[in-house]
Amino acid sequence: MIERVRSLLTPWRVLLAVLLVTAAVIVTFRFAFGLGSVTNLSDETPWGIWVGFDILAGIGLAAGGFIMAAAVYVFGLERYRPLLRMSILTALIGYLLFITGLILEIGRPWNIWRCIVDHNFHSPLFEIAWCVMLYTTVLLLEFSQVVLERFGWHRLEALLHKILVPLVIVGVLLSTLHQSTLGTLFTIVPHKLHPLWYSPILPVHFFISCLAAGLAMICFEGFLSWRFLKHPPRLDLLPNLARVMALILVIYFVFRIEDLALRHALPHAFAIGLPAFLFWLENLLFVVVPVVIVFRTARRMTTRSLFAASFCAVIGFIMHRFNVAVTGMQLIHETGYFPTWQELVISMSLIALGFIAAGLAVWFFPIASAGGGDASAGRNGAYRLPWRPRAASEPAEPGTGGSR
Amino acid sequence: MSPRAKALLIDITRCIGCGACSAACKTANDLPHEVEPQLTADTWTVVLERGGERWVRDLCRHCLQPSCVSVCPVGALVKREDGAVVYNKDICLGCRYCMIGCPFRIPKFEWHSAAPRIRKCILCAPRLEKGLPTACAEACPTEATVFGDRDTLVAIARARLDADPERYHPQVYGLTEAGGTSVLFLSPLPFEELDFDTTVASFPLPDLTWRLLLHVPNVVMLGAGFLGASYWLYRRREQVALEEEGETSGSAPRTGGDHD
Ligand code: SF4
Ligand code: SF4
Repeated sequence: MIERVRSLLTPWRVLLAVLLVTAAVIVTFRFAFGLGSVTNLSDETPWGIWVGFDILAGIGLAAGGFIMAAAVYVFGLERYRPLLRMSILTALIGYLLFITGLILEIGRPWNIWRCIVDHNFHSPLFEIAWCVMLYTTVLLLEFSQVVLERFGWHRLEALLHKILVPLVIVGVLLSTLHQSTLGTLFTIVPHKLHPLWYSPILPVHFFISCLAAGLAMICFEGFLSWRFLKHPPRLDLLPNLARVMALILVIYFVFRIEDLALRHALPHAFAIGLPAFLFWLENLLFVVVPVVIVFRTARRMTTRSLFAASFCAVIGFIMHRFNVAVTGMQLIHETGYFPTWQELVISMSLIALGFIAAGLAVWFFPIASAGGGDASAGRNGAYRLPWRPRAASEPAEPGTGGSR
Repeated sequence: MSPRAKALLIDITRCIGCGACSAACKTANDLPHEVEPQLTADTWTVVLERGGERWVRDLCRHCLQPSCVSVCPVGALVKREDGAVVYNKDICLGCRYCMIGCPFRIPKFEWHSAAPRIRKCILCAPRLEKGLPTACAEACPTEATVFGDRDTLVAIARARLDADPERYHPQVYGLTEAGGTSVLFLSPLPFEELDFDTTVASFPLPDLTWRLLLHVPNVVMLGAGFLGASYWLYRRREQVALEEEGETSGSAPRTGGDHD
């Protein structure tokens, strides 16, 4: 027995447990004594890392779910079906974590349902609230396909298939709306946000960049599931996604520069100082490095170049969202905000929860098996759990998923 | 703007910095603590010394088209007929978008409360209902703050500028800022020298977001059309491919599609 317990206590698991317990304590404090007791937020800086990172960046990075669903179901790019389930799973986990983060972030979470009955159509946040609510439902339904398949509830599965395409289309529309509206949030503060990030058409920036970020995230997940789950990365598919990502990034960058030029804000990018530094660092990571890597290794993209490019893009994207929500405002009105360690622990815990959820889901549901990858990888892979639900011992139906 | 809209005119040349307004505000609104040196959740108006021997009040401007009201997802902030922008804690989510959205950085938050509220000047809405002026205007010993209909106050402000151009910087702050506010300022100095934010746009800021949100129906319709057409094309392509295959191999055509 003791042996068994000891074998479970790998350093990573201990670290994870410590992280999550700390997070639980912080959450308790937050609800008992208010946001001010664990964050550096203030009347001067009402939104911090939880909004910039957990919410804005988190939702953007989860864009892969609607992109892949559209690619496979609407545009008929059957080839990419093997990536579909993983993308939908990560999007679903992303949105659930986002909702968790939101409940911690807003001051009066018990009123969250008010969005349903109290409408303010003038508020971008109202639109986002509705879209996120509905889109999370769509994601749950899209993912329920895997659950139904897992438990062999074929009647329901057949029913779901009937509505799947309309469902996917609704999901794409909802995503388009709220991904862009996250940018609209900031269009109402022209004089409070630095001109290098403010734009009256911020929603367009947000939408184009979320497409690139979603694709980057799928590539990066390929790396993660290779490292942690020992699934071989789909080198037949991912490089194409990286190429599309690079193309979108080029379009995004041209658009961004053009927008700055039209608003006579371009000189800010060349004035030596913190704003220009942040601007170029962000675009170096988000656009320049990934694009250069992808184009230089165009013909023979290796695992390494693929993941270097996607990782840079993910970091650069997070930086963009953070610059809009927090740093860009600080550049106009310095308040000296820096997240507390508690804020960082909460953000890290959300990521950790995401990993745990993804690991459990991959292990329990036929996710990697779609499209005829190695069907058994999920269950026999490196990610082993100390316990095993009874149903999981049944073999998965072979050849589920991929219709080619 | 409703003809009944009330407003405040604050004449900085008349203010002696006695703080009677902020003290009266505390009493009228039952706010705890002493008057703090800046706006906080419990201090809704302050008098600050700026530009040397000049006294400037800070408070919610009760914008004619308030950003805070426009951005609040649930309508917890409301602009009333009488000009006051008031708050309802019972539906507020505590998202603090109003704090981000307000061009004058007015709404404050109870950071150390388990049930935090947004706090700011409410133009003494309960007093207005009784036909009383705001507590601050009533308390002011020098008529540096006067209360009245906005139209009347704008006329008074203009008359003062005309009568004594030496004494004033020729601008009424609040006439056009953020599309017009219900708190108007007259100053002896250019407003930026008194730390007023002169970069605030001179049109109603909610226009910026509304203009974009108006595209939502277009995005939905165009998007649905585009996606629907793409799907139809994809099915059509598949069908054609299958039919051709059927002709060459002689087997009956079957419908393709997603059977994942
Ligand atoms: S000053 Fe700010 S808080 Fe007051 S009404 Fe205007 S937008 Fe709202
Ligand atoms: S914090 Fe409350 S009042 Fe302010 S925008 Fe959010 S819901 Fe509205």
